[in-house]
Amino acid sequence: MGANAPSLDTPLVLIGHEGRKRVVLAADQAARREGLRPGMAASKAQALVANLVIMDADPDADRTALEKLAIWMQRHFAPIVAPDSDGLMLDITGVAHLFGGEKAMLTEMVRKLAGVGIGAKIAAAPTYGAAHALARHVANPAFMLDADKLADALALLPVSALRLPGDILDALKQLGFDRIEELSKTPRAPLALRFGAVIGNRLDQAFGRADEPFDPILPAEMAHVRQNFAEPIGAPETLARYTTKLVEQLCAELEVKGLGARKLDLLFFRVDNRIEVIRIGTAKPVRDAKRLAKLLCDKIETVDPGFGVETMTLTALIAEPLSYRAIATSLADAPTPDVSGLIDTLANWMGEERLYRVAPVESDLPERAVQRVAAMAPPAGTTWPAHWPRPLRLLNPPERVETMALLPDRPPVFFTWRGRQRKVANADGPERIFGEWWKAKAETHMVRDYFQVEDEAGERFWLYRAGDGQDPATGPQTWFLHGIFA
Amino acid sequence: MSIAPAQMDALREKIRRIEAGERVSRGFLPFGAPEIDGRLPGGGLALGALHEVAGGGNGALDGAAAALFAAGILARTHGQILWCVSPDLFAPALAQAGLHPDRVLCIDTRSDKEVLACMEEGLRHGGLAGVVGEISRLAMTPSRRLQLAAETSGTLAIAIRRWRRPAEATDFGQPTASTTRWRVSALPASPLPVPGVGRPRWLVELIRAKAGECAEFEVEQCDETGRIAIPAELVHRPAAAGDGRERAVA
Repeated sequence: MGANAPSLDTPLVLIGHEGRKRVVLAADQAARREGLRPGMAASKAQALVANLVIMDADPDADRTALEKLAIWMQRHFAPIVAPDSDGLMLDITGVAHLFGGEKAMLTEMVRKLAGVGIGAKIAAAPTYGAAHALARHVANPAFMLDADKLADALALLPVSALRLPGDILDALKQLGFDRIEELSKTPRAPLALRFGAVIGNRLDQAFGRADEPFDPILPAEMAHVRQNFAEPIGAPETLARYTTKLVEQLCAELEVKGLGARKLDLLFFRVDNRIEVIRIGTAKPVRDAKRLAKLLCDKIETVDPGFGVETMTLTALIAEPLSYRAIATSLADAPTPDVSGLIDTLANWMGEERLYRVAPVESDLPERAVQRVAAMAPPAGTTWPAHWPRPLRLLNPPERVETMALLPDRPPVFFTWRGRQRKVANADGPERIFGEWWKAKAETHMVRDYFQVEDEAGERFWLYRAGDGQDPATGPQTWFLHGIFA
Repeated sequence: MSIAPAQMDALREKIRRIEAGERVSRGFLPFGAPEIDGRLPGGGLALGALHEVAGGGNGALDGAAAALFAAGILARTHGQILWCVSPDLFAPALAQAGLHPDRVLCIDTRSDKEVLACMEEGLRHGGLAGVVGEISRLAMTPSRRLQLAAETSGTLAIAIRRWRRPAEATDFGQPTASTTRWRVSALPASPLPVPGVGRPRWLVELIRAKAGECAEFEVEQCDETGRIAIPAELVHRPAAAGDGRERAVA
């Protein structure tokens, strides 16, 4: 609505037609506080609240916006996303570990959605029906349900959580059904006779006794190829062969558009309505069919074909312009070999976050002097100052050692580390490092005095004293071993 | 029956070619110290081959000297390096041995299996200057795979052997397919005329070299360009053995 949107505390309802009646279709939080509910007659709502803002509902625009959000979710969270009546369904099987667990994933989703101005309520459950119900009926915006608590949690929810048509809900209310447990204990036959199979179906879907087909969203502008099979396939070699075929078709499609793939989703639709997914990412836009096929085929062993796969689809989720590059023309400089292919392979095996380069940070504290940058980041060109010796192994956290040293600025005479006492033959230091007061208040007075010491056998260590040897404000004056020199 | 030496050499060359098959020698990377290069077949460390480096004594556990020795070798190559790192590797020390951080691609590996897989993938790619992995157990078969991968692409492979317990270090005696095998242990640093730690020294033992002999060298740790040096020992002798004429002049 842009600049002329009503403020958050003004009650707002969207109205539309239900048959011939004008009814409230959606009400915001302020309106709900005033007692307005979806399904209420528009005239009644107007009569109840004086300063009510009424707008016409636009279901088509809602649908489009929901699809846009679905594509956004698909890029950021999970490959299988489908827009629902008034929400989104995500299949997060095998995805949650990338965010550090399901709980963390849900929290991250709520946070990211809040970042784009959407107040979301999310629930994760073993079945779509249960997740749909819990997301709409549990106050916690990031609710997670374990498989063993499914039946208990569903039992307490109202009947309206079951995605039943309005007239059936009204009739159930008249019959005195409030909660799902009451409905699930009632014999099926009379219910089916009166209302048809829909109640039984919805109950089975929510409790996980029946499968629910799921139609993931497919944005029109994305390059997409599909392969149906007359007979379900299951052998890994066959899957690999068709993967290669699909990649070739996709690359042809990408070439027409002048694009290269950055993120690919390969979906395997199983005969039992489950969907298996392989998702790969590349560091640079790629249109090399061989390379993409290798990345995908590397992961085929993670796919469980079950009783067989009947359809495979390959989508370029993110594609970027791929321009032609001039090959090196100068004779003088040798061409730098392109390692992006290797980076892609390793990143898809191990996870992107485990492949990196390091870059210097301007900090004297050794544990803060190193930062990770992306493997394909442009070269920083800088390095650490060379005049202070740095150990090859840095212990994190530093290990406490027992020492004998003269205060305030002499190196230790001996120290005991991991139960072994070593006599110091030579030592260099101190190298005084001050705390970074702009980072933390506790570091305002912090001082570390580093010494490079060599024991009698020639092994070299990096010790420091927490404190300057005089002022207790600078540290507890205890000694630590922070690194091992080569 | 006696065979002329020239004939013998020709025969050896022929056998070598048959054994090498399609693999060709990728050249050698000299250390720049004639004492060491002279003991290595080809006059340097073979490129396109697997080399093993371990630490001696406590160095078998921390692998610090072994890793810096490897960094010094790789600093003298050109191109990107893939380093399968363990969490305690401190990159500024690599930079001080001449290995610029922009050249090093790091990968967090959590098991020997992952190290082997990543090393082999890196070696097969062929666009890297070198591949380093920190690994504890290296059996014959995986080492043979690494050696073959290195031979086909011409990439230098270095396996830094590092163990959790001192007793496990006996694993270094097991045969592998590596071309050379080194042990680097810390020695007391070069003495300084003032208190302080001088330039660190290592005892570098060449335990195994394919078509070469074992040797050991006492060297000074690699400098900021990755070169190790044989220390120039000053001979101890009486200061002035002359007849004192110089003093008379002064």
